[in-house]
Amino acid sequence: MTLLAEQLLNGLQYGVTLFLLAAGLTLVFGIMGLINLAHGSLYMVGAFVAARTQAGSGSFLLAVGAGMAVAALVGMLMEVTILRRLYLRDHLDQVLATFGLILFFNEAMAMIFGRQPMMAAIPDFLSGSVTFIPGVPYPIYRLAIIAVGAAVAAILYGLIVHTRIGMLVRAGAAHRDMVRALGVRIGVLYTLVFGLGALLAGLAGAMVGPLLSVQVGMGDRILISTFVVIVIGGLGSIRGALAGAMLVGMVDTLARAYLPAVLKLMMAASDADGFGAGLSSMASMMLMAVVLIIRPRGLFPGHG
Amino acid sequence: MALTRRAALASALAMPMVARAQAAPVKIGLVTTLSGPGGYLGADIRDAFMLAADGGKLGGVPVQVLVEDDGLKPAQAKQTVNRFLKSEGVRLFTGVVFSNVLEAVAPDVLDDGAIYVSPNAGPSSLAGKNCNANYYVVSWQNDTLHESAGENANRLGYKKMFLLAPNYPAGKDAITGFKRFFKGEVVGESYTKLDQTDYAPEMANIRAANPDAVFQFHPGGLGIAFIRQYQQAGLVGKIPMVLAAPSLDSTILGAVGDAAIGMDVTSHWNSDFDNAANKTFVAAFVAKYQRLPTVYASQGYDTALAIGAALQDSGGNVKDPTTFRKAMLPANFQSVRGKFKFGPNQHPVQDWFGLRVEKGGDGKLALVTKTRVLTDRGDAYSETCKI
Repeated sequence: MTLLAEQLLNGLQYGVTLFLLAAGLTLVFGIMGLINLAHGSLYMVGAFVAARTQAGSGSFLLAVGAGMAVAALVGMLMEVTILRRLYLRDHLDQVLATFGLILFFNEAMAMIFGRQPMMAAIPDFLSGSVTFIPGVPYPIYRLAIIAVGAAVAAILYGLIVHTRIGMLVRAGAAHRDMVRALGVRIGVLYTLVFGLGALLAGLAGAMVGPLLSVQVGMGDRILISTFVVIVIGGLGSIRGALAGAMLVGMVDTLARAYLPAVLKLMMAASDADGFGAGLSSMASMMLMAVVLIIRPRGLFPGHG
Repeated sequence: MALTRRAALASALAMPMVARAQAAPVKIGLVTTLSGPGGYLGADIRDAFMLAADGGKLGGVPVQVLVEDDGLKPAQAKQTVNRFLKSEGVRLFTGVVFSNVLEAVAPDVLDDGAIYVSPNAGPSSLAGKNCNANYYVVSWQNDTLHESAGENANRLGYKKMFLLAPNYPAGKDAITGFKRFFKGEVVGESYTKLDQTDYAPEMANIRAANPDAVFQFHPGGLGIAFIRQYQQAGLVGKIPMVLAAPSLDSTILGAVGDAAIGMDVTSHWNSDFDNAANKTFVAAFVAKYQRLPTVYASQGYDTALAIGAALQDSGGNVKDPTTFRKAMLPANFQSVRGKFKFGPNQHPVQDWFGLRVEKGGDGKLALVTKTRVLTDRGDAYSETCKI
């Protein structure tokens, strides 16, 4: 039972990381209609800048700030110089161009920071663990990630539902041409939305630095899961991104934790381990397939 | 049509080749993993190889090393290798880090009658029935790395072990190898994903199983993430860890710091080995690259030396694999690991040592060689290999 509680927390924490990435990706798709494969690269940029800043200054908060700021700047620069030209092209051109950006960013990071994985230390005020489930010390840092993710979700909700810019974002997602026809400077809105998405990706990257190793190509792997999240949630929907992220986080974590044990009831132990490992890595994909069969446009479809 | 074109091409290529055989450098295709979680592994292999080939010569024979990144993607590696084979005329390949990549490229190289010398991966699939006269492994057969860890666990008196490895060919070889020598009980066995970096669910399962010790195989960046999260989960100091060399190399050690103190590692090489070849190598590597060589670097260096010896004794003849093989098999070079020879399946027969992570007098962490765990160990597959 305590094991299950701990695994649920793990799933929640993974889901939160995915949400920070998925929120930006789904906004960009919903509003600009752009498939941005280079979103994971912004996550990597945030992670590298934060790790480097922390190693240099020793301050974790400064590092997270720097990671977010640089990721947002790089993101907006990327939007203004390159992606803006792609909005009217078809998705294949977008995929090709943003894939090129992935290669560019991977090489750029390798040239600037080197190929050796970098490490960020957990700051003193977040190190150690607390035992609020008896017998299970849980790392404070992971709890902090969950808290930050919850705060970001709340802020995004407030921003999108209760502010003027949020109204424009929603309007832009629903009827892009109408918003433009009403005289809104859509170009600025696009750059801001892109910057916001990049900021969140940078935040995710900066926060996972102390958990994972910061390395070239780290964004490519999480990108796939992020796409699964937004497809499940419904393209263009923040609410969908949140729901999808939590679902994928939980399913992936619980499948990895329990599937081999469940399969052991049915088959030989060595087969169960191998089969369970394969099956659990497919779990989030199978979830996506099931969701698409039942609700082809995702759980909370945006408009398009 | 295709046949005549190929024949024409072959004769057009062959003519000048014969004439320039002495002058043209031997091309060596070094396709390795330079990006992603395994990026520094390939970089160390490449750097050590280039250190040995300093001055553009190996064994006195001029060489030209063509370096490409495979990005840990078998398809990408296959494409590069085929380009090297078909348009660059490369006949000698090396560089591979990961077994899944090797399994994709080795058949193409060997079917074409070219030569492959692995500086790292030694999957079981190519060590036994499917061994090949033109395929050499200078590092180890995958299983033996972990057999030594299994034997080490026996030596340390652990009775209940929890095993973890990524779900790919070398990960399966790791678990198989460990279990082949470990005499106690396996209380848990878990296959992670090769691209996984968050091990929180595994940490919870380990705590729940409460073993005497944990054996895990996670090379490169994966290992860094694993050990750091092991520490964050509060398991360091509670449940000891038994590892093979790739799971705790000097780069991982530098990254995880004090969390690694007291961990037991088995290896065929360590930077403190007291032989002349090793001292020269470590000093030259540090002088050139300003960092300690990892075990991968030692293997890249030994691979270059082995190829150098074979080039020297065959007069740089890589076009004729039989001549090359005659020169390669005696392993006529001074290995940095001390003694080295090839077994019947052209994989190494070598000694394995137990190392432990300790803090030296200067406050720095180091892997210190403690004892010999296995002597003249070949591998379990060589008897089914018929060359």
